[in-house]
Amino acid sequence: MATESPASPDSPDSLDAAERRTWRRPTAFRNRYTKWAVYGAVLALVVWSVASLWITPGRFISGLGYGYELIDSMLPPETGSENIARLVDRMIETIAMAMIATVAGIAISLPVALGAAGNLSPRPTYYLSRGIISVSRAIDGLIVAIVAVIALGFGPLAGIFAISFKTIGFFSKLFAEDLEDIDMGGVEAIEATGASRFQRLVYGVVPQVVPRFAGLAVYRWDINIRSSTIVGIVGAGGLGVLLQRSYSRYEYDYVASILIAIIAVVLVAEIVSAVVRRRVQ
Amino acid sequence: MLETENLGKTYPTGDEALRDVSVTIGGREVVAMIGPSGAGKSTFVRCINRLVEPTTGSVRLDGRELTGLGEDGLRNARRDIGMVFQEYNLVERLTVMENVLSGRLGYVSNWAALRRNFPPEDIERAYELLDLVGLGDMENKRVDELSGGQRQRVGIARAVVQEPKIVLADEPTSSLDPETSRDVMELLTDIAAERDVPVVINIHEVDLAEQYADRILGLHGGELVFDGPAADLTDESKGVIYRGEEPPESPAADPDRPSNGTAGEGTPEITGNRSNAGNGRLPAED
Amino acid sequence: MTGAPPDWSRFDARERLFRVGSVVIAAAVVVGSWEWLDMSLRYVGSAPLQVGDLLGRMYPPDWAYLPNAVGPLAETIQIAVVGTIGAVLMATPVAYISAENTTPNKATYALGKLIVTVSRSVHTIVWALLFVVMFGPGALAGTVATAVRSIGFLAKLLGEEIEEIDFGQVEGVRATGASPFKLLVYGIVPQIKPALVGISVYRWDINVRAATILGFVGAGGIGVQLFQAIDSFAWRTVSALLVAILAVVLVSEGISAYARKKVR
Ligand SMILES: Nc1ncnc2c1ncn2[C@@H]1O[C@H](COP(=O)(O)OP(=O)(O)OP(=O)(O)O)[C@@H](O)[C@H]1O
Ligand SMILES: [Mg+2]
Repeated sequence: MATESPASPDSPDSLDAAERRTWRRPTAFRNRYTKWAVYGAVLALVVWSVASLWITPGRFISGLGYGYELIDSMLPPETGSENIARLVDRMIETIAMAMIATVAGIAISLPVALGAAGNLSPRPTYYLSRGIISVSRAIDGLIVAIVAVIALGFGPLAGIFAISFKTIGFFSKLFAEDLEDIDMGGVEAIEATGASRFQRLVYGVVPQVVPRFAGLAVYRWDINIRSSTIVGIVGAGGLGVLLQRSYSRYEYDYVASILIAIIAVVLVAEIVSAVVRRRVQ
Repeated sequence: MLETENLGKTYPTGDEALRDVSVTIGGREVVAMIGPSGAGKSTFVRCINRLVEPTTGSVRLDGRELTGLGEDGLRNARRDIGMVFQEYNLVERLTVMENVLSGRLGYVSNWAALRRNFPPEDIERAYELLDLVGLGDMENKRVDELSGGQRQRVGIARAVVQEPKIVLADEPTSSLDPETSRDVMELLTDIAAERDVPVVINIHEVDLAEQYADRILGLHGGELVFDGPAADLTDESKGVIYRGEEPPESPAADPDRPSNGTAGEGTPEITGNRSNAGNGRLPAED
Repeated sequence: MTGAPPDWSRFDARERLFRVGSVVIAAAVVVGSWEWLDMSLRYVGSAPLQVGDLLGRMYPPDWAYLPNAVGPLAETIQIAVVGTIGAVLMATPVAYISAENTTPNKATYALGKLIVTVSRSVHTIVWALLFVVMFGPGALAGTVATAVRSIGFLAKLLGEEIEEIDFGQVEGVRATGASPFKLLVYGIVPQIKPALVGISVYRWDINVRAATILGFVGAGGIGVQLFQAIDSFAWRTVSALLVAILAVVLVSEGISAYARKKVR
């Protein structure tokens, strides 16, 4: 603009074609080429995936036919008293497993969380704890359950082991974040009184994080109930055992009853957890 | 030219927010509408473009009846009415330019709208307006990065880029500081003069209204109780508007007065209805 | 914490009763659970040893097996990609009817909530069991299971996002005379787009993890190999596969975190 000769300084409104400004929507990517490259890559990934997963309309439609048969054989759900008794038995086992796994998992999580709180722990401990958390979070609970079943035999102990293991990653990560958020001023004030490391923890840190701790514990308990309903599929106790057994015997009406039981347990746990968390926060 | 006739609105809750409002607004006049909170100012301007559906009366813009228009007709009519909001009502996550261009949405195809592919004239016009409102090089900033005053300028640009036949502004200054409020008022009056459109401004600050408006409408309890030149807004009429006082020796405040009643000769009217009170109130430089 | 009452007890009597009560109940349930499961300390105490023993047999990992795992790992990611996309497509209308401010009526609202609840309460592996019956063993069943399982999660979070929409912004566009389609594109989509992208990418990352186990019920992915290795006690292969899974999961977690940070 500066180099332009002042051809019509008194009529700034009359713009000639050369002065016409254009506008294109700015892209969120570095530039337009990056944008198209990213879109292209994503599209290619999707096309490749659909092709190699061999997803075709034909398979889909024939599957829907079998789906109808499946639902037909699930209805009405099994309600024989003997089967219901077994169901209730496994339901209690499911809840019991979740309870113990929550307590055990959280007990182990505490030192890990402390170690993973950047403001409270030395570097080597920090990295070790973060490593434990990553591994625990990355490996699916059912894989852990299978390994546990092989090491410890069929039954609830394997389930408890697997669920506790998954609890460590989740609980330590979130609780470490809470620990990192605490007000260090309070801790330093206690330190200034000449308190030991342990005392500092009890008087400076604990009171600040108790409500969050309780909330997280209840939240994880809720998740553990969910896991507890299915680890039995690989033999680790609870409702899943029953599900796996009736499934492999084609007793689909009983499968339906078990699924309803699972949904009920999960829903009740979710409601309890929501209510309690609202009270503690 | 905007004409409303016996415009009324009763909300489903039973609140009668507007009753029998008849005004004519035309030329390039700046009309300020004042009145206490809850008087029905917002309801009035929203009834004009039917963001609120009026329950009685009619609205005509350049002779075209807006009440009773179907979906398509209403959309076409809205293209001719620019609206500026108290809370800006801009799309926060879009850029300034996209917000301004959204004023042209009524004129482009769906596909073009999706691709932000507006005609060059629209883009040129948007740039001109951004220059006018003082946001010359901010076209690619996101609105959520702007200050309140800047947002309101974008809002004004969006309304004006529509090339509307009238601009409605519902408390455009209420979220702004006094200094910025003045700038915005100046901008709106400039636009009325330069673009040759009437501007209706709902406003709480009476001093701003008196300073910038050519004509003032006063609402009280949903009724039009004052309509006259800004210079004629007396303390008495303010009492009528804001406290609902009976106007001294004026029959006009009587709500049962027939709508074709005669007005005082040349004096401001304190009245519920006079449909052409605004005529001849064009600025002196016209 | 700052506005603490001046007296010494931190909570009033009812609040304290609730707290003490819930701790006592929780403790009682835990003890009861221990009894019910017939657990003994000796039995539990030996668990770490046995697990340690198994871990010992896993070392060193059989890296030479890994080239065989590339295909199944790719399939795992593909299942997550297609499953997530399918889920997003199905979850969008569900979110629309399960958000209080957009749902057409009470019945649709209830339907939306029902879909969300059922989808979320049933684990991927259980969905996979059912879809294997429908589609036969293979990745298709796993993909559909992943999608169906994700609908609830996506619809719930997206629905919450829709409930937070600022209708002022929509009204601003409406006042210009825009058609419903343009309202959607200019008034609504910009408001939910970051959440939609963020939630979807996040779910994709969860789905990569979930897809590693689909193979246990024959629904495709790396789980097929893993299960075979476990079945034949090839523990060093198992550990190599676990490390590979760990790597893939961590990388997808990184991609997901990066993408979510970029979108706003
Ligand atoms: N959506 C609505 N539903 C029911 N009643 C409403 C609605 N909007 C406004 N009202 C009522 O209509 C009357 C006029 O409201 P309106 O918003 O038009 O007033 P206003 O003059 O703009 O007030 P303010 O200066 O506070 O913005 C009030 O009594 C209000 O309670
Ligand atoms: Mg208002």
